Amino acid sequence: MLSGAGREGTRMSNERIVVVGAGMVAHRFVSTLLERDTDGRFEVEVYGEEPYAPYDRVALTSYFQGKSPEDLLLGEPSLWDHDSVTLHRDAPVVAIDREARAVRLADGRDAAYDHLVLATGSYAWAPPVPGVDLPGVFMYRTVDDVARLREWVETRQRFFNRPVRGAVIGGGLLGLEAAGALQSMGATSTVVEFADRLMALQVDDSGGEALKRLIEKLGVTVRTGAATSEVRADRDGNAGTLVFSDGGEQLVDVVVFATGIRPRDDLGRGAGLGIGERGGVLVDDTSLTSDPAISAIGECAAAAADGHLSVGLIAPGNTMADVAVDRLLGGDAHYLGADTATKLKLLGVDVASFGDAFAQTPGALEVVYSDPFSGDYKKLVMTDDASTLLGGMFVGDASAYATLRPMIGAKLPGDPSAWILPEGAVERPELELPDAATVCSCNNVTAGTIRDAVNHEGCHDLGSVKSCTKAGTACGSCLPLVKKVMAGELEKAGLEVSNALCEHFTLSRAQLFSAIHVAELRTFTEVIERFGAGHGCDICKPTVGSILASIHNEHVLGGDRAALQDTNDRVMANMQKDGTYSVVPRIPGGEITPARLKVIAEVAEDFGLYTKITGGQRIDLFGARLEQLPQIWKRLVDAGMESGHAYGKSLRTVKSCVGSTWCRYGVQDSASMAIALELRYRGLRSPHKIKLAASGCARECAEARGKDVGLIATEKGWNVYVGGNGGFTPAHAELLVADVTDEEAFTYIDRYLMLYIRTADRLQRTAPWQAEYEGGLDEIRRVVVEDSLGICAELDAHMAHHLDTYEDEWKAVLSDPERLQQFTSFVNAPDTADPSLAYVEQRGQIRPATAEERASGAVLIAPARLEVHA
Amino acid sequence: MTAVPDTASSTATRVCALGDLTPELGVAALVEGVQVAIFLLADGSLHCVQNLDPFSGASVMSRGITGSRGDVPTIASPIYKQVFSLLDGACLVTMDKEPKEGLAPGLRVHAVAAEGDAVVVTLARD
Repeated sequence: MLSGAGREGTRMSNERIVVVGAGMVAHRFVSTLLERDTDGRFEVEVYGEEPYAPYDRVALTSYFQGKSPEDLLLGEPSLWDHDSVTLHRDAPVVAIDREARAVRLADGRDAAYDHLVLATGSYAWAPPVPGVDLPGVFMYRTVDDVARLREWVETRQRFFNRPVRGAVIGGGLLGLEAAGALQSMGATSTVVEFADRLMALQVDDSGGEALKRLIEKLGVTVRTGAATSEVRADRDGNAGTLVFSDGGEQLVDVVVFATGIRPRDDLGRGAGLGIGERGGVLVDDTSLTSDPAISAIGECAAAAADGHLSVGLIAPGNTMADVAVDRLLGGDAHYLGADTATKLKLLGVDVASFGDAFAQTPGALEVVYSDPFSGDYKKLVMTDDASTLLGGMFVGDASAYATLRPMIGAKLPGDPSAWILPEGAVERPELELPDAATVCSCNNVTAGTIRDAVNHEGCHDLGSVKSCTKAGTACGSCLPLVKKVMAGELEKAGLEVSNALCEHFTLSRAQLFSAIHVAELRTFTEVIERFGAGHGCDICKPTVGSILASIHNEHVLGGDRAALQDTNDRVMANMQKDGTYSVVPRIPGGEITPARLKVIAEVAEDFGLYTKITGGQRIDLFGARLEQLPQIWKRLVDAGMESGHAYGKSLRTVKSCVGSTWCRYGVQDSASMAIALELRYRGLRSPHKIKLAASGCARECAEARGKDVGLIATEKGWNVYVGGNGGFTPAHAELLVADVTDEEAFTYIDRYLMLYIRTADRLQRTAPWQAEYEGGLDEIRRVVVEDSLGICAELDAHMAHHLDTYEDEWKAVLSDPERLQQFTSFVNAPDTADPSLAYVEQRGQIRPATAEERASGAVLIAPARLEVHA
Repeated sequence: MTAVPDTASSTATRVCALGDLTPELGVAALVEGVQVAIFLLADGSLHCVQNLDPFSGASVMSRGITGSRGDVPTIASPIYKQVFSLLDGACLVTMDKEPKEGLAPGLRVHAVAAEGDAVVVTLARD
């Protein structure tokens, strides 16, 4: 082994952290460390026994809904490419040498550490009943576990040619997850629970009963109070019969044990670290073990704040990881114990409990609502005077959980039953969250911190509150609550949280959209008379112009609409700093013939335009004067092309790679897809610009996840990602649907875009819209895929209208003398160019002259140099 | 309907027919070599200001969006969106920017009137 002294000379002065275990908590530790160790003080070596990078174990069940192990990977893959991080897979650690400060790997190598972090998690525990090791008996812990289970069920199904009979031992969280997984594979499933109710840790007897009824409705059989005494083999030696201690039997083809987890503390035990009575490496409230050079985090640790018990939940593990990082960087954060509040969706049934859910506080009162018809069971636990909330429990309808959970220990105004009666039955009072209440549990942000940011840091909108406090930046599920706290504070400070568009309209964009839509208005005059006041302005006019275009898709310069359009839309080209324009011919999907390239080149040459390739796979031609635009468009139209939208709140481009037609790696024809998408959505007016991309394989050369809508080819079709953008606040798009056909992709994108167009704020891109949409992307998916609001037919019809009515808006101007009149330099001198334009030459092309260059006189005056050659 | 500035006037120039103007859509005109922007608003009033946008240095004011702030008719620059009064040219919204060096933040207002069918501009002089 390396000696302590010898190590110093062999590597850089960085301190080396070794992390044992590559699960979710290890991932959290590394990502937090990288984020916070801005000086690059540490380098990290992570040793995991599985062949995968850290994945989302909580979402294991989604593996049965068609997700691959890659889909479950946590965070950005680039984390593991970081210079100071090395991830070793298939690399189990077998021993710790505390004296030498090194760990021994299974292959005999040693790895030295300055600080060691144990994140070994826990293992699935099964009772020692006979037959637990038979083929056909599975655990439910790792990706490999679920992969083997799936293979077994599929094989047996083919073999028997009938549904496979499945049983799950254990009626807790994992057991119910496993039952759902069996069902989704077409197997029948029976849940066998030793206790007399399901989810015994989270719900009481009545709650368990309600849960049982809800789950049985879904076709799962539930046996409570049943102890399994043996798994008996069939004549092939596979699991065949479950035998219960009361003598009962049940025929089975597959058995899953989900009977609990135990901390993996064997490395700590072997090294002589302090171990909890019920397992787990003992740690203090800074995640430090009895050895100051060793931390333990997550399920392998037994923290003082948790009564020296290991906690099998992800959130406390993440907190321990954050605390450990903080201590290593010299901070003084403390782990205050696990919040065991949970909200789960099991087989589609919501189950939630928080605080003193079992009413163990002396004198506690229980307020209960139970509806055997709907199956809902809801309970609040209050202090003896029914004023202060202590905890609660929800089965079925858990909609009040998010609001009530942060209110533990606070007074609930009014009758507490208002919170558990069906929504709408009694009006629920407005709640004021206590300052200490946690609003964002991912990043541990309290209501007080958010209020501080609003009152003292000048954060008056959701974006700035998010970046200032980090609230809602991880999973985002708390954003509605963050918004509410912020709005309450702004209101108190007399700062109105106004959704009003401007002084002329009190409505928000989304409200105005539906108002105009319902009232079937077609002109700005009608709209402002009906819903606004005054004459309008540069905020509301373009917004109304865009809404009218979204709804009716009539020419942006028709009727009284030309005066509504913002700078670029008004002349359908991009205004540059000197008042001239750039023209960007449409090149769908970035595909262009040499002949068309030649047309663009000739136009640029004839009009003396500065030419540059854009980031959107197009060619930008700069320096066109207002009166030249129609001539330039005519040249394009004559060659069978059209100008393009590089302006406007509308579709910009659809970027693509070359795809399977040429690329050795492509699995779908992404270029054809991109062209189809661009032709489908061109001209679509929206709250902000929209960018799309299509990649022909998972290498993602088109950078589709940086777009509002991005398609990535799979062997089976396309994965559709939504809500990405570059720009000031970059965001990666998230998966909307997987493995869909071309047609399905169009349908879901149609609906997604239409929903966005109808409900987003002015100048709100898809990423923040999606994050702030109530229920987030999951809810949006329900709306556009499952039609949960029943509006898909309407959204489809709206997009069909757009497709039917698309016109080349530039060509339309050429044949309309009235509109052409707007393209003159001076009303009294239509052929005179703007005399103030001046250019200099740079790298063989023109650029606007600077003030100094103008003063020196060494400039090219536009009209002399840029005369059009007819 | 005329907006008459206090400054002494020079000669009146006919720039176009009233029918050449579209309500709420500005046009640029060259008057004695000076670029001006002329607006016919929906209420029938005529306004004329310098076409030079002091915040960008480009001659583009005729291509801005008309509107109102309270009772004041306004024009917004199409480049950096500053808002100016069409009555006295004052800059009402600076968008936290400074005008280009050597330029005043407001717009010069010129006299404009309809004489019969003709739109007539009289440049304001210093």
